[in-house]
Amino acid sequence: MKTKYDAIVIGAGHNGLTNAAYLAKSGLDVLVVEKNDYIGGAAVSRELHEGWLYSNCSYVCSLLRQSIHRDLDLTRHGLMIVPYSGTTNFTRTGDYIAEYGDHDMQYREIKRHSLRDADAMHRYESDLMRYAKLIRHFLLRTPADPTSLKPRDLGEMIFMAKKFAGMGEEQVYEFIRFMTMSAGDFLNEYFENDLVKTLYSTSSIIGTALGVYSPGTAYVLLHHVMGDVDGAVGAWGLARGGMGAISNAIAGALKEHGGEILTNAPVAQIIVKNNCATGVALENGDELYADIVVSNLDPKRTFTGIMDKNDIPADLHKKARNFKIRGSSGKVNIALTGMPDFPSLPRGHKLRNGSFQFLDSMERMERAYDCWKHGRWSDDPFIEMTQSSNWDPTLAAPGNYFVSCFIQYCPAEVEGGWTPEKRDAFGKTVIDQICNYSPNFRDLIAHMEVRTPFEIENEIGLTEGNIFQGELTIDQLMFNRPFPGYSQYRGPVKGMYMCGSGTHPGGGVSSACGANSAREILLDLKRPNIVPEDDVDE
Amino acid sequence: MPLTAQLQNAEDIAHVHEGILHSPFHRRTSALNINEQWVPWNGYAAAAYYADAHLEYFATRNTCAVFDVSPMRKYRFQGADAQAMLDRMVTRDVSAQAVDTVAYNVWCTDAGRVVDDGTLFRLAHDEFMVCCADPCFDWFQLAAIGFERLEISDISDDVAALALQGPTSCALLKAMGFTGIENCKPFQIVRFPYADGEITISRTGYTGDLGYELWLEPRHAEQLWDDLFSTGKLYGIQPLGDESLDMARLEAGFIAPDVDFHGSLHTVDLHHDHSPFELGLGWIVNFKKPHFTGRAALQKEKESGNYRRLFKLDIEGNKPAEHSILYSSKKCSQEIGYVTSAMWSPVVKANIAYGLIDPKYINGEIWAEVYHQKELRWYRKVARCTRVTKPFWSPQRARQTPPPDC
Repeated sequence: MKTKYDAIVIGAGHNGLTNAAYLAKSGLDVLVVEKNDYIGGAAVSRELHEGWLYSNCSYVCSLLRQSIHRDLDLTRHGLMIVPYSGTTNFTRTGDYIAEYGDHDMQYREIKRHSLRDADAMHRYESDLMRYAKLIRHFLLRTPADPTSLKPRDLGEMIFMAKKFAGMGEEQVYEFIRFMTMSAGDFLNEYFENDLVKTLYSTSSIIGTALGVYSPGTAYVLLHHVMGDVDGAVGAWGLARGGMGAISNAIAGALKEHGGEILTNAPVAQIIVKNNCATGVALENGDELYADIVVSNLDPKRTFTGIMDKNDIPADLHKKARNFKIRGSSGKVNIALTGMPDFPSLPRGHKLRNGSFQFLDSMERMERAYDCWKHGRWSDDPFIEMTQSSNWDPTLAAPGNYFVSCFIQYCPAEVEGGWTPEKRDAFGKTVIDQICNYSPNFRDLIAHMEVRTPFEIENEIGLTEGNIFQGELTIDQLMFNRPFPGYSQYRGPVKGMYMCGSGTHPGGGVSSACGANSAREILLDLKRPNIVPEDDVDE
Repeated sequence: MPLTAQLQNAEDIAHVHEGILHSPFHRRTSALNINEQWVPWNGYAAAAYYADAHLEYFATRNTCAVFDVSPMRKYRFQGADAQAMLDRMVTRDVSAQAVDTVAYNVWCTDAGRVVDDGTLFRLAHDEFMVCCADPCFDWFQLAAIGFERLEISDISDDVAALALQGPTSCALLKAMGFTGIENCKPFQIVRFPYADGEITISRTGYTGDLGYELWLEPRHAEQLWDDLFSTGKLYGIQPLGDESLDMARLEAGFIAPDVDFHGSLHTVDLHHDHSPFELGLGWIVNFKKPHFTGRAALQKEKESGNYRRLFKLDIEGNKPAEHSILYSSKKCSQEIGYVTSAMWSPVVKANIAYGLIDPKYINGEIWAEVYHQKELRWYRKVARCTRVTKPFWSPQRARQTPPPDC
């Protein structure tokens, strides 16, 4: 077997594959090494129960950069992003509040709960859109180092200043305020109705070990609405064939450009000689060599796991240890043998195919977080149940259904450690809550996969099962991501790079981290840049 | 004849219907058209979209969608001379077309200019059906001069038709009891008993994806719709409107009459009509046939190479180049053509268009002047266009027999 490559990428998640695809497209001889026997990392589809394809980790998609999809010709490699719409938040009174894809419907729905809030929705959406459009300029750009006087950094700083100034002085102040606010406080500036606020608040805590009233959650909310599907900012889609279709399509592009993937190949260590990365040592003892080594693992795992502490500055080791990558969420993926009844919504209702949530007050949102703070999973959790197979006929046979539940909060560590019994008890908490709103749900379950942060960490390799590879708080964003001084994808030794979601622009299936990192690598190799810019025509 | 008029009672006269006409499916389509968005098509109400154009478009690529094709014009050609007459009229070889198959065709004037395009169904040795978007009865009579053993009739209102398109369409038809439909090849015609009559299913369509067209008597129309939608619930069925179909056909590389070309018989100004070569239809012009209407002119045009080209374009950026003028350089100093259709393609993730380019400039650069609006303010950009030779969307399942279930 070949042992020398131009570049080795560690981890066949979607960012690692994207990074490798661009390096291969540029003409480099690239190998991706992956610890599991399947590729995709957290963007994966697996037949965990016969006849059901589980899109079992990440489950929806909005941030995937359209220009990368287009540039790598991912459609030809089998990728289709199908837009979906509709979120229903059921209330304990048997009613609900919903988010429609259609603007007029949305207005009517909010008006049903509060006339004033229905009108305020326009102000809220405009303000959020302004921030989203600002951030969207930076997703496929390397963050400027504010301490650097290099022409490129100065140029990026000027670019950033111009985009900020373009909003007008007042909005710059507002934006800075926004970045440090809690979602609860932010929503209070627009809405009076608790149900309306609850509906909009749910995306502010997803994947985050913070509550709706914790400072910094306003940005997390923005992070969930700054993506788009075909230019519709804030819209979400599903990958046809599950999220694994994204990884498989990128892998297709990688292979087309001559790249290779080696599965069942966990990396023990990045080999460093004379302050230069020279390859990787696998856990089975094999060594593979390359002058470029890219880690798609999270920053904590990279710098405290697969890099020797003597090969990196002690300060970096400390920063990696302190990196906030807290587990706060779990997944329950369910195969159903029929369509569950939700008596509040008749069959055939427009919302019937969308996502379901079951928390109806800001207080319950916050109380769910209180459990996490005390090291317990929420006894009244926030659940986002996506009925994936209603949109994707490839996941289950006609008449069968696959639903994916994202659950918040679930700690990475519980007293006495996670056991299969505790995991199942966590799963039962989730099913119990759903059954409050769907009497026949439990009877339809053919199979279910319960994943606490413990399973997510052990299967995917995300530290603490944190879905973003590190929290999306301002101390860990832009030129602070993952750490100050390391935001431009370069590691502490020559030839070592990072490309995971732990780098800018952060979590989500965006391909942006992998692509940005590839751009920096090509720059260091003095090769022409082939990484596309974002489409910012909108 | 005396000059006094023989007055009739007004109610005895077959006055034409005022206002829009309804297709045999109208009671069903109007129930689903919750936003009441209609466009007229040959005088009939056709849904522009039903609930959500984007979602319905995606059904053609992800699940399946139903488009009411009934307003299409349908003509029956029957008799011993039918084959010979049609063979003279259209550009493809009708004598080589097997019974129970469909062939896409175009028919031209003696000058080689396109009158219309459509599909030719060979239903029996001496029986054909032509489907086209615009009325063509007068042209067919002219084209039949000299052929006596032939009857041409307009059967538009005698046939109700639905297009069922998308990856789950075959699975749905199977589930409805049309056993063996999976063995139907592209452009093949099969028949099944249906209700107390018959249904004809052709593996044809206008979306470029796996799909079928279903033909039956109007009296069974509503039953067919109900059967499709009740069984189709488990197959992600959606009704499909004109807006979504137009997107799908552009991705598939199909041209639209009165959008991408102007029928020669209705054209006043010279050069506002088209030859098949200009429209990229050279592949269906069969010069091996000794004679067909327009042959000499088309032969001459082909040899000269001096004709415009309708190119498929991939345009940088994401603003559709609707109504754009095309230029030979970014400076926009030399006009070389114009865009006939343009869209952002959600499945391909590309900004696609058809551009008709003057012969002198077919090998050079192509730039589109695009106007787009943000919060009412207009912006102008000049975008580079790249020629694409294959259809933008052409999934394997559309050609596979039997096709996959989803």
